[in-house]
Amino acid sequence: MAPSLSDVMTPDAAALAAAAGGEGRAPLAAGSADHDLFTGLTRLGDTALILGHRVSEWCGHAPILEEDIALANMALDLIGQTQLWLGLAGEVEGRGRDADALAFRRDAWDFHNLLLVERPNGDFGMTLMRQFLFDAWHLPLLKALEGSTDARIAAIAQKAGKEVAYHLERSADLVIRLGDGTEESHRRMQGALDALWGYTGEMFLGDAVDQRLAEAGVMPAPESLRAVWDQTVDQVLAEATLTRPASTFAHKGGKQGRHSEHMGHLLTTMQWLQRAYPDAKW
Amino acid sequence: MSSEWPLWEVFIRGQHGLNHRHVGSLHAPDAELAIRHARDVYTRRNEGVSIWVVPSAQITASSPSEKGPLFEPANDKVYRHPTFYDIPDEVGHM
Repeated sequence: MAPSLSDVMTPDAAALAAAAGGEGRAPLAAGSADHDLFTGLTRLGDTALILGHRVSEWCGHAPILEEDIALANMALDLIGQTQLWLGLAGEVEGRGRDADALAFRRDAWDFHNLLLVERPNGDFGMTLMRQFLFDAWHLPLLKALEGSTDARIAAIAQKAGKEVAYHLERSADLVIRLGDGTEESHRRMQGALDALWGYTGEMFLGDAVDQRLAEAGVMPAPESLRAVWDQTVDQVLAEATLTRPASTFAHKGGKQGRHSEHMGHLLTTMQWLQRAYPDAKW
Repeated sequence: MSSEWPLWEVFIRGQHGLNHRHVGSLHAPDAELAIRHARDVYTRRNEGVSIWVVPSAQITASSPSEKGPLFEPANDKVYRHPTFYDIPDEVGHM
């Protein structure tokens, strides 16, 4: 793993690590079962965290009060799920890093979220389309995780699944209403779909880590979620009178820590307080 | 945009409550979204198990200017309060 920026820039990184209780524990060996599990959990946790942060950017800016509150609720759901996934990741890693340490003290290349969720919010339609494309994947993912051989993962998935079932219901409904709405709302929704489409393919691309986790029954193989997603997306787009783009090109790399130019800016805002005032508490 | 959406009155039945109670109002384009908005605005702290929404325009209200004739006559009718009876314990809450 590349040293994170804080390790390079902070003279007392060793003291911080010792204070966190992780002193003396070796980093997990790449390819080991624990390293795979840690990576898989950070992919889940980071994806929920970055989307939660993006959605929270709407707080106080949504078109109407009711939608503002609905978006904030959803952001909080996602950040709650993040605490569970990253909390478990920290436990698995066993080096004294909790969910906060993982969220606020890693740099872009140590984040394993999907590129889709770091896309800027754009207009309200773009945010809703991103949410729908994500929710249509998130729900079947959690349903599959409920059957994980790891009981801790199954329990988190079960709790998150109820929240996400509502997210999907809401985002699908709004995509249909706006797609099949006015001329302008239709144009904006089709534009959002076209712009985000190239970022959906990464959800279904597995690497060696995914493959080993799937073989162990810990997490589903990404490609196994495609059929359900296709079905949901086709059905909702048809009802929304939107045209599914034909391209199969997929931007990829987020899950491996290679991010778009937006990621650093997002982290700068999200991590500022804990970077400036480490261990600050309410 | 919000000015184009009609107003809805929201009623929530609480965890242990017997009746739906009026909790407030919100804007929504139709009944289905009014329920969603009510869920997001009024049940964030585990307040409810059931939601009703009613278009505010469908509510007929008494006129504040008729307050005197409508309500004042009841002020001095103490005998209408069932406070002159001893209720046996076995009856329970009334």
